[in-house]
Amino acid sequence: MASPFLIAAGEVGGDFFHERSSGTLPCQAQSSHLFCWDWARENIDRYGTPTVQHLEIVLLSVVIGFVVAFALALIAHRTRWLQPPLLTATGVLYTIPSIAFFFLLLPVTGFGRDTAIIVLSVYTLQIIYRNTMLGLANVPDSAKDAARGMGFTDRQILWRVELPLAIPEIIAGLRIAVVSTIAIATLVVFIGAGGLGTQIYGSGNLTFPTSIVIAMAIVMGMAFLFDLGLLTVQRLTTPWRRVRAL
Amino acid sequence: MSLPHPVLASFGGAIEFIFTPQNSNVTGGNKVGGFDKSLELVLKHLEVTVIALAIALIVALPLGLYLGHRRKGELFAVGIGNAGRAIPELAVIALVAVLVGVGLKTVAPALAILGIAPILVNTYVGVSQVDPAAVEAARGMGMSELDIMRKVELPLSVPTVMGGVRAAAIVIIATATIAPLAGVETLGDFIINNNVYGKNGLLAGAILVALLALTIEGLLALLQNRLTSDGLKLKTV
Repeated sequence: MASPFLIAAGEVGGDFFHERSSGTLPCQAQSSHLFCWDWARENIDRYGTPTVQHLEIVLLSVVIGFVVAFALALIAHRTRWLQPPLLTATGVLYTIPSIAFFFLLLPVTGFGRDTAIIVLSVYTLQIIYRNTMLGLANVPDSAKDAARGMGFTDRQILWRVELPLAIPEIIAGLRIAVVSTIAIATLVVFIGAGGLGTQIYGSGNLTFPTSIVIAMAIVMGMAFLFDLGLLTVQRLTTPWRRVRAL
Repeated sequence: MSLPHPVLASFGGAIEFIFTPQNSNVTGGNKVGGFDKSLELVLKHLEVTVIALAIALIVALPLGLYLGHRRKGELFAVGIGNAGRAIPELAVIALVAVLVGVGLKTVAPALAILGIAPILVNTYVGVSQVDPAAVEAARGMGMSELDIMRKVELPLSVPTVMGGVRAAAIVIIATATIAPLAGVETLGDFIINNNVYGKNGLLAGAILVALLALTIEGLLALLQNRLTSDGLKLKTV
């Protein structure tokens, strides 16, 4: 299926970088060899398309998860009796191991990317929902009273006082969600959705160490960059909390 | 109304697979699945999970307790926690299988690595957030540092510590599903060798893994409730 965006980057590949040696490289032949530089240099272009697939799946999952979890949190914020059942429900969904979840959905949504995105976005619900509720609960009553005294309506208090003050917790939740989704997304290879997992476990077999190490490094590097990016967003959006944000 | 029917039929077939052996198209007439096989895989899954969780606890709990007690190494503990979340489980299992070897002896420690981060961070955070007044009071009563850790800080941080243990259990059970890649026949066998077990086996494996995870999580929640002192429960209503 052609991806709706990032298509240009996805097409980097083929003979773009190097021609591959025919046959097996000396260091590739030793199975105990952790890293084969020669192979890495020749084959790094193989990782272009899987990386883009991985990124697309992660971004779509987190965006969908965030929208749903944020909406649930806003509803639960007004309708307090919904809070315990929502926490339990998202917790139960989070407990089901991802591979099991993929195949539980198999009869309904089939193989491929849709199933992967549904499962990964469901996983983000718990952490984003819980942190958003925590952030809203941590808003000092005095701030809300002050806003009410200035004539703010409930809606204005929510959007202009409570939510901005809850940004650190919301982004903390988002960071955890993004980082763990990037890691878990390696498993979508089992449901046929591609991604960097294909470079670890491809066509029914484990690949060799160099390929696994490269895929792992890309996954962890991606997680690190997104974590750093979100931390920066948090700093920029909460200038009043420069002192310490962990 | 015709839409839900095939879905229900799939689940029906999977449940049948769990209890009664089914025909397979690759084993030359031998039947696959059935209750005995399912039970064997459940027990193996449990075994590797318990061993891995035990190793993770032995490593991470004392370390977190010590660092939290001294209120030292926050960057180290939190850094391990963040990095731990970013480790792709599949890569860990694959690397261990390819480099170190297959079998329970290599898979259990590999799974333990994934459980260490959540236990370490939660223990550190839980213990370091214990009210310093309580620790001072204990010290004033003449308790040794070891006693303070065991009798004051650990009991007061049970909910947070158990949160870490439960997170570790979840990731270990989930990752044990791909342990057949490294030669340990857990419930993931039904899923990974689906050319042998067929679609019913695939779904049966998924159902059993999900039930196992929910059961373990429920039991750990009960354990947490038992371990938490009544005084703490009043506060956290």
